[in-house]
Amino acid sequence: MSWYKPSDVGFFTRRTLGNLGYAARLFFRLLSSIGPTFRRFGLVRDQIHFLGNYSLAIIAVSGLFVGFVFGLQGYYTLQRYGSTEALGLLVTLSLVRELGPVVTALLFAGRAGTSLTAEIGLMKAGEQLSVMEMMAVDPVQRVLAPRFWAGVITMPLLAAVFSAMGVIGGWVVGVLMIGVDAGSFWSQIQGGVDVWQDVGNGIIKSVVFGFAVTFIALLQGFEAQPTPEGVASATTRTVVMASLSVLGLDFILTAMMFTI
Amino acid sequence: MALTPHSSLVELRNLTFGYGERVILDNVCLSVPRGKVTALMGASGGGKTTILRLIGGQNRAQSGTLLFDGVDVTGMTQVELYAARRRMGMLFQFGALFADLTAFDNVAFPLREHTDLAETLVRDIVLMKLNAVGLRGASDLMPSEVSGGMARRIALARAIALDPELVMYDEPFSGLDPISLAIAADLIRQLNDSMGLTSIFVSHELEQTFLIADHVIILANGKIACQGTPEQVRESTDPLVYQYVHALSDGPVRFHYPAVTMAEDFGPDISRSAGGAI
Repeated sequence: MSWYKPSDVGFFTRRTLGNLGYAARLFFRLLSSIGPTFRRFGLVRDQIHFLGNYSLAIIAVSGLFVGFVFGLQGYYTLQRYGSTEALGLLVTLSLVRELGPVVTALLFAGRAGTSLTAEIGLMKAGEQLSVMEMMAVDPVQRVLAPRFWAGVITMPLLAAVFSAMGVIGGWVVGVLMIGVDAGSFWSQIQGGVDVWQDVGNGIIKSVVFGFAVTFIALLQGFEAQPTPEGVASATTRTVVMASLSVLGLDFILTAMMFTI
Repeated sequence: MALTPHSSLVELRNLTFGYGERVILDNVCLSVPRGKVTALMGASGGGKTTILRLIGGQNRAQSGTLLFDGVDVTGMTQVELYAARRRMGMLFQFGALFADLTAFDNVAFPLREHTDLAETLVRDIVLMKLNAVGLRGASDLMPSEVSGGMARRIALARAIALDPELVMYDEPFSGLDPISLAIAADLIRQLNDSMGLTSIFVSHELEQTFLIADHVIILANGKIACQGTPEQVRESTDPLVYQYVHALSDGPVRFHYPAVTMAEDFGPDISRSAGGAI
């Protein structure tokens, strides 16, 4: 075993900075591709369909079950203070402000992010990206950009579905099964949820997660070693890095939005 | 296009290229005559595919110039390079068809990306190109449904969709059965003559290559070992070229990978080691 040499530290630092710089450049290229991408909206629409449709089932079912659990756990806590009529508000605020965007982003990373990484990685392994370059078609513009913007658009829509299903789940458990008063369940939601403070901030979160998760998935696929092992490990990295960034970003965003 | 066309469409002048310390091409000069079929041959890892990638601008040379129709590719900006690439077609070794598109859509891809042609016109062009490679009937098949030889022919139809001036083939014959191989070789020759192309192909296959090529270039150790007509190359007395053209297992290219001496691996003295091994 050899101890670290100073040159190893330098090598590591340089490589890390190089990778970061590369990623940042790709990110800004994707951001600046917005004009040409939306001029060919058909490509984005196909990707929204692909990413959204295939994630819809897992998002809806997860949302429903998270709502069920929230109904039970929320009731358990609230009944200690005799305020079970606030169950609807508790479930809705938790979902819209926090769990909707975060859990959707985690599921999206696992379902759509991995498929993006694998798709791009396999295109690279099969020389499909090289052949596109040789046809004078920019793969970043033609392949990555439509997927990137589709991911950014899809994420808040899926988060909305997740939250809505969660509220329904809370209602099923709270009102139908436990017997909380339906009138106070809904009126507390109506009176207590602020469109800008709560819903708006939730949407901002899920848009930011959309940028982060989709970009990480595309970067990993684009940077994957063009071999079966390379694509496999890139897919794993997508899940790990996307999940960690979602949780980290969530804390930062929540802290920035925090008001009493 | 230039008013006074150069006799060679592609010209490499003192071109050097390598990855890190490893030199792939060492001060290579060669020219690809316009309107002819040129074959690039040589041992694996000898830089043949690299030359194609350099012509297409996917790799940049470390020094020297590479002229495509009189213009240096090595110094081109992205925009200039993309303009030059629209005049080239490249067939990758395994075709590299877009896996999510049908044969038809694969061939239509460059047309739809680069032109505003009406869909009926695109359809006519695509079917014509597919017909030229004999696969008009396969236009609805997905890449996963066709054989390796067919995939390459579809990819060839895609490479010539925009009527390029130069078509490059990266090992078009590898892994093909004898029939597909003969079809591929015929196609290279036929398309070159009927469309007025200039063709370059990388190959290991001696018989078909000598049959269809006008000009053969053999690379060895990063340099050009021999070039000329197939007859000239076949009669070359250069030992390396002789070994390659006659497919000999031992010669200047050794059968044995460089190793320590036999004695060091097996013991300096067989009798002593046998005696001491009780």
